[in-house]
Amino acid sequence: MFDWNDASSLLGLLNYWVAIVLMMAGFYTVIAQHNLIKKVVGLNIFQVAVFVFYISMGKVSGGSAPILKDGIELYSNPLPHVLILTAIVVGVATTALALALVVRINHSFGTIEEDEIQTIEHDEEDIA
Amino acid sequence: MSGAEMTSDPWLILLVIVPLLAAPVCVLLRSATGAWSVATAVAWSVFAISLKLLDTVMDQGVVRYRIGGWDAPWGIEYRLDSVGVFVVLIVSAIAAVILPYAKRSVEKEIRKDRIYLFYAMLLLCLTGLLGITVTGDAFNLFVFLEISSLSSYVLISLGTDRRALTAAFRYLIMGTLGATFYIIGVGLLYQTTGTLNIADLKTIMPAVIDTRTVHAALAFLTVGISLKLALFPLHMWLPNAYTFAPGAVTAFLASTATKVSAYILLRIIFTLFGDVDLFASFPLQPILITMALAAMFLASLSAIWQENVKRMMAYSSIAQIGYIVLGIAMATETGLTGGIIHMFNHALIKGSAFMAIGAVVFSTGAVTLTQMEGIGKRMPYTMAAFVIAGLGLIGVPLTPGFISKWQLVTAAMELNMWPLAALILLSSLLAVIYVWRVFEVAYLRPAPEGAPAAQEVPLSMLLPIWVMVLAALYFGSNATFTLNLAHTAALQLMGGL
Repeated sequence: MFDWNDASSLLGLLNYWVAIVLMMAGFYTVIAQHNLIKKVVGLNIFQVAVFVFYISMGKVSGGSAPILKDGIELYSNPLPHVLILTAIVVGVATTALALALVVRINHSFGTIEEDEIQTIEHDEEDIA
Repeated sequence: MSGAEMTSDPWLILLVIVPLLAAPVCVLLRSATGAWSVATAVAWSVFAISLKLLDTVMDQGVVRYRIGGWDAPWGIEYRLDSVGVFVVLIVSAIAAVILPYAKRSVEKEIRKDRIYLFYAMLLLCLTGLLGITVTGDAFNLFVFLEISSLSSYVLISLGTDRRALTAAFRYLIMGTLGATFYIIGVGLLYQTTGTLNIADLKTIMPAVIDTRTVHAALAFLTVGISLKLALFPLHMWLPNAYTFAPGAVTAFLASTATKVSAYILLRIIFTLFGDVDLFASFPLQPILITMALAAMFLASLSAIWQENVKRMMAYSSIAQIGYIVLGIAMATETGLTGGIIHMFNHALIKGSAFMAIGAVVFSTGAVTLTQMEGIGKRMPYTMAAFVIAGLGLIGVPLTPGFISKWQLVTAAMELNMWPLAALILLSSLLAVIYVWRVFEVAYLRPAPEGAPAAQEVPLSMLLPIWVMVLAALYFGSNATFTLNLAHTAALQLMGGL
């Protein structure tokens, strides 16, 4: 049950447990928090969980970095790591855009609490 | 020249490269007219390229391009078949018609010093949408999905009303969740198969389909894309986004973005999982049909109660997505043809409708039913276009909506699903009600006191609207071309590539 190398044991699946716990924590934050900044933070945690999942997926036990060198026969798979570099860039762009929107929302509504914004929007609904 | 280079068609990569490189050019120009000219030139050349590609695909079946000269499973391969070329044609044609229309509309709705950025974003959005359609690589598809999504969040947030900001923020949250679900799915598939090439995944799939990892991947992929597709009940972001976005943006996104998402769904179900009998081993059909029917009825009912005409049309879009998904869910030749042709037909109809509303907003500022009283006499040409689009939404003969619904009803009857055929017709009656509400207000009520006699929009906006409407009428009365194309696409999906 506590064997690192046994793929069916609790510890052998540790990377998946970490990814799932992080993912759900982030997802819950996105849904449950009313503060827009906290929502963005939740979204980030959710995305980072996927990064962790990808990065750990490429790791081969005992494998080395993918650099050709004499005497090394086992390499980790670099492709998921490279993919996730792209996903990180996308994540940074998303966060930047989300925060920019929050700044603009704060300017126009005077608040970043979703329930307060909804009250203001609901009042405007009757006008237009 | 090696064999690999000989089968590479460079036009395929130009489809993506041209708008991608033109976007920074717009930013460097820093001039509203300059950026608009670049964007229009790009949209028209992309349309020309897609017509050329249509010709090649009709001739050869599949067009390929190997990026960097690397062969398929290792390098990223762009590939376009008859399904893809149909969607490319929709996206590029809509962009080519909307850009001339956008000039005046954008000048009025967006601050002058930001207009060049607007066109840069529109071009990036176009890049993303076209990229999704031409790529043959599951991860590359995610990158293009995010390019198109991020730029559409910006485009939506540029609306004049401050609620555009919150609409864009909510869409950003939902869209990012959807796209992240998609890469979880891709990750799980990569872990099982060791490949990201969609054609390669398809051939490996039968060997691994009975693993829980692949089942989880299927769930993540479909739910993620359903979010982007705004399939009921994951549609909550759509009404506000379409209501508060600038007029040209709503017309562009409503007729292209959801169609491209539907294309991804087609790719997942019929290409990625094309060699396994997905419909026999999973209750995919009842789930999709239920969601499609719920969209058709509940979204149409919501549309009936709307005061804001843009929001009414947004709910109508959700209902129309229901028809597309219904065609996909029936998974027969006729059903798929119906779903695919409705992607094209709905793009024309909804493009016309949103462009007409955008024109009304442009010259009168009116967007609610009360404000639009008697508008039919003041803007006769614009409102006539809207009415024709409305008839298309209902599915009256001679409009493209009729062609789609005829296909879908025929497909339902072939499957002996008589109640389904009846429900398709019944849901059309709901469209009659909301279209009638606009018609009644626009034509049968007197204009308010002191309203100007005529407020027709400039020709540069009217012309694109009527190009779209006439195209819709043409493809509604003579659907041989589109039906053939959709049928070929359906056959290719059913029989594999």
